[in-house]
Amino acid sequence: MNIVVCVKHIPDPNLPPQLDGHRLKREGVQGVLDPGDEFGVEAGLQLKEAHGGEVTLVSMGPPAAAEAIRKGLSMGADKGILVSDDALQEADALATARVLAAAIGRQPFDLVVAGVESTDGYTGTMPSTLAEFLDIPQITFAKHLEPSDGSITVQRQTAEGYHVVECPFPLLITVTAGVNEPRYASFKGIMSAKKKPVEQLSLSDLGLSGDDVARKQSVVELVPAEERKAGEVVRDDGDGGRRVTAFLADAKVI
Amino acid sequence: MTTTWVFAEVGAEGKVEPGALELLTKARSMDGDVAAVVLGPGATEAATQLGEFGATTVYASDDPVYSDHVAQPVTEALYQLQQQHSPDLILFSMTYDSRDIAGRLSAKTGSPVMSNVTDILGPDKARTAIFGGTTLVDVELQGSPILLVVRPKSFAAEASGGQANVVPVEVQIPETALKAVRVERHEETATGPKLEDAAVIIAGGRGLQEADNFKLLDELAAAIGGAAVGATRAVVDAGWVPYSMQIGQTGKTVKPGVYIAVGISGATQHIVGMKGAKKIIAINKDEDAPIFQIADLGIVGDALKILPQVTEEVKARKG
Repeated sequence: MNIVVCVKHIPDPNLPPQLDGHRLKREGVQGVLDPGDEFGVEAGLQLKEAHGGEVTLVSMGPPAAAEAIRKGLSMGADKGILVSDDALQEADALATARVLAAAIGRQPFDLVVAGVESTDGYTGTMPSTLAEFLDIPQITFAKHLEPSDGSITVQRQTAEGYHVVECPFPLLITVTAGVNEPRYASFKGIMSAKKKPVEQLSLSDLGLSGDDVARKQSVVELVPAEERKAGEVVRDDGDGGRRVTAFLADAKVI
Repeated sequence: MTTTWVFAEVGAEGKVEPGALELLTKARSMDGDVAAVVLGPGATEAATQLGEFGATTVYASDDPVYSDHVAQPVTEALYQLQQQHSPDLILFSMTYDSRDIAGRLSAKTGSPVMSNVTDILGPDKARTAIFGGTTLVDVELQGSPILLVVRPKSFAAEASGGQANVVPVEVQIPETALKAVRVERHEETATGPKLEDAAVIIAGGRGLQEADNFKLLDELAAAIGGAAVGATRAVVDAGWVPYSMQIGQTGKTVKPGVYIAVGISGATQHIVGMKGAKKIIAINKDEDAPIFQIADLGIVGDALKILPQVTEEVKARKG
């Protein structure tokens, strides 16, 4: 089974986010493989271990994004593709999907895996746009995967529970954090990742021009929201329960 | 003049997803025409309500192809309708299905999709919030149609008493769009009031330490009466409680009178789903937890000790 996993290099979500003009500051800050994508990498690895094949990681980003690919390779993925181009600096979700589709479509594949949404932008539309560009079905919010010969059965999270969806390969799935427990990279994995191939591609390598990825949405203004004022914060010294109850009574809900 | 469409999800019994009614109310306040598109069993029945909330035209089809298959048939129908009628703006409520449909449609139309929208400022300008809702971001979009995926409860739904002209949708759905099939539907029905409607919500996070401790929340909810219990994504993903209890970016958006956050640190993912609460109480061991920055009352302490005290106190007050 040829499995492609989309990965994103993002500013470390455990550090306070910084702005660079109207955009999230990405350069000169500590970056990591999006924690949401670790579930995608793990899902790919588990399918490969059970059914054979190869796991390819695909990313778009500045040269530093190769770090995110290395992380996935050290978990056990086989190879990486990084699309990097100055013209992509301000790419929106539509442009990103177009670029990833071009990179993924260069070789045959059975399954494309992505996280449900990125941890930094959390728009959540990119995987579906990608699936449409690749002209394949998609099943988002997968919390359980059961591949069989030629098709896959997925439990897809819904607002009130889950649906069971069946689909033949090839298709795209997005996985929730409930789908698996991502493995840690072993020392051996980290060492061997250094020798695994990472192909670097530019827009022209993919037959795309700057016009194809022109941004169609731009931030024009950032304004501070009307802040909720922090109220009283007290240390519980035995009367925390009473304080909460008094508050509920003041709010007339009891 | 702007033509705005609202894509409305519908249940088999003709029940319209509430977000669509909020979007119709907003669309009606903008200059121009308002239409709704509703696809799947129950669609024709839903047209009446969509008209009452402001759609002058409703494109409807009761064909089960739209609910039996994931995303693609609806995308295909919307695309063909869009090609015929050229709306300027298509609004989607941010649900599991609609976000997928908007994403796919963006590839077909080559026009931009923006999600997490919290306000619509004009035909080509919308607002979202970042950093846990502390910063508002205004975005200009270029293309046609512009696709906006709007967070539920961004607008209040108000009926206008209108009536819609119902136009049957007849489009050919290609075989290639029928591959992903819904074969089973499971509802994890929660007992008690719905999170969306409850006056008081008690929500739990990782700080509760283990799944079993959620019963402390249930007990307090029962003592208060009419309170609902919710959860963060972290504990839902950990399998402690069902998905139907999830509040946040993915999950439900709630606006109760009082929100009691128990053992919740206050990740952006969670905050965006509950910051509309009138009053917020937070109980957490970590005094640096971001949740305290938006809480009206913060208690730094052990929730496992404090919750039973509250339950007892509430019971005592109610006699």
